[in-house]
Amino acid sequence: MSDSKDKDSILGQAGPLLDSGQTIQSVGDKVTSVIFRKKQPIPWFVVLGIASMLLGSLTLSVVWLLMKGTGVWGLNIPNAWGFAIVNFVWWIGIGHAGTLISAILFLFKQQWRTSINRFAEAMTLFAVACAGMFPLLHLGRPWVFYWLFPYPSTMGVWPQFRSPLVWDVFAVSTYLTVSVIFWYTGLIPDLATMRDRAKNKVGKIVAGIFAMGWRGSARHWHRYEVAYLLLAGLSTPLVVSVHSVVSLDFAVSIMPGWHTTIFPPYFVAGAIYSGFAMVLTLMIPVRSIYGLKSIVTMRTIDNMAKIMLATGLMVFYGYLNEIFFAWYSGNKYESFMMLNRMTGPYALQYWMLILCNGIIPQLLWFRKVRQNVISLFIISIIVNIGMWLERYIIVVTSLHRDFIPSSWDNYAGTIWDWGLYIGTIGFFLFAMMLFIRWVPMIPIFEIREIIHAKTKKTLGTEKKP
Amino acid sequence: MSADKKIYGLVAEFNDSDLLIKAAEQTQEAGYTKTDAYTPFPVHGLTEALGIKRTILPWIVLTGGILGCLGGFYLQYWVSVEAYPLNVGGRPFNSWPSFIPVTFECTILGAALSAIIGMLSLNGLPQPYHSIFNTPNFERASNDGFFLCIEEQDPKFDKKQTRRLLEDLGAVSVSEVES
Repeated sequence: MSDSKDKDSILGQAGPLLDSGQTIQSVGDKVTSVIFRKKQPIPWFVVLGIASMLLGSLTLSVVWLLMKGTGVWGLNIPNAWGFAIVNFVWWIGIGHAGTLISAILFLFKQQWRTSINRFAEAMTLFAVACAGMFPLLHLGRPWVFYWLFPYPSTMGVWPQFRSPLVWDVFAVSTYLTVSVIFWYTGLIPDLATMRDRAKNKVGKIVAGIFAMGWRGSARHWHRYEVAYLLLAGLSTPLVVSVHSVVSLDFAVSIMPGWHTTIFPPYFVAGAIYSGFAMVLTLMIPVRSIYGLKSIVTMRTIDNMAKIMLATGLMVFYGYLNEIFFAWYSGNKYESFMMLNRMTGPYALQYWMLILCNGIIPQLLWFRKVRQNVISLFIISIIVNIGMWLERYIIVVTSLHRDFIPSSWDNYAGTIWDWGLYIGTIGFFLFAMMLFIRWVPMIPIFEIREIIHAKTKKTLGTEKKP
Repeated sequence: MSADKKIYGLVAEFNDSDLLIKAAEQTQEAGYTKTDAYTPFPVHGLTEALGIKRTILPWIVLTGGILGCLGGFYLQYWVSVEAYPLNVGGRPFNSWPSFIPVTFECTILGAALSAIIGMLSLNGLPQPYHSIFNTPNFERASNDGFFLCIEEQDPKFDKKQTRRLLEDLGAVSVSEVES
């Protein structure tokens, strides 16, 4: 990597921030202005309104489900896993980009990540929350969800630790906890900035409580930086493990199409792919509505598109690999499954998936496409759809044609499946809107650090000759 | 300021981080030990300039991780061998390869929890009140100001001399802060 060149061009594009001596100040102004402005922009209200309506759909679907049981979903035997698992994997995959951006790119010292990491981490939290709803509701009796955890119950029963479904409980709950910790740690200094800038008393007190009395002491910063680095180092293997464990829910079974060793890496790549797509879907409108284009520069957007392209190619390789091994294994169930996937009742969804995830994203090879936010926005939505279809295809095509033809049955989601699914999208958008409104969505102190390093560097070089 | 009021220390405000680092170095050289700097973001070189010792946090995190690892594995071992032995397809009760994922997750959880709890408790946070907040202009410490404090507790502390030292180092202002 052309490191020094890269860094310069990021900061070159951040242009106006570096013009005057006011720069460190101006970042704070810009980011906190989103929170302290008197009125949020109209699009914020529009999205919040739509999200609230979708939340209604969530409530209704959950209440109906609790009243009637999982029979209101389109599940049957052999399709015992339907939308619930599809949506679970889809959401948790989306969450992975946040951790990737904040932890892995931090370890690689990719400075362009700084402007989007807080936002992407918030996205992680809400996506994981959405993901968690599905397995819980799929339990049928979600109010006894705590049976999943190992605790000394009066029944004398303990979880079965040889099951990937129990691994999932640990992986997802650890992931959520560590993501919250990482996100909050990153927020503390910015909350102190908010506390010191708040104009009214309530804002000062609330931000003050959450800032926990942060005062920017050099001793504190030292421990803080060590803690942040360690958390990044811990989150990196964690994020890989979480989606690997999710993929083991499938791979450990003996279903044709699921029982493959490529699943863990292929799922992780897919997770990053869909997550970057979601960050782009959200960030492209947000940066233009809130005038943050000078902080979230085209450089960042372009890099995200490149990562999307790279992970998209890995995912596409996964698809090809599945086809190859269905043939090469010589297993008739595997090859039947693959042929049925391509030509059977779900052929349309399969080819849509190849189009959305494999073909269209090839446009990202072109610089013009990556530099055009509208085309990127559209591609990111297409990828989101494609990734949802991928999980749908994986779950349904393997299940609906079982080993015994007498048990074959087709699957389709009912209105309650769809109601719950779009309901979680509403929950996600609602939470994102509240986040944008109340929390600094760009890490102020980290951006300041970059600007500061840059200004010192240019001053240094000016002095030298 | 009346003499009977207890003071926390003398706080100098700087406009530039380089001046702050220089000042920190100079105060170190002058023999002051109870000093601290306050900045809106981590400033490189400041830790060394103030002579701050490396934190023991990594060891705390390592311990947390090891405890999580052992605890996680033992939980599964105890459940599967002692408390609720189930014969699943003739596998041994202690089927350790299947216990690896949960052991790994518990390791990360233990380490991450000790990272944040360790960082906050070593820093003494949450701390609702601290004397340094009495410094005039201190809200700049989270925006664009750089502060250096020499505490009254310091054996070399002397109101006049310390003030002169700080003023000579290019401080914008030096203020006496009540504790």
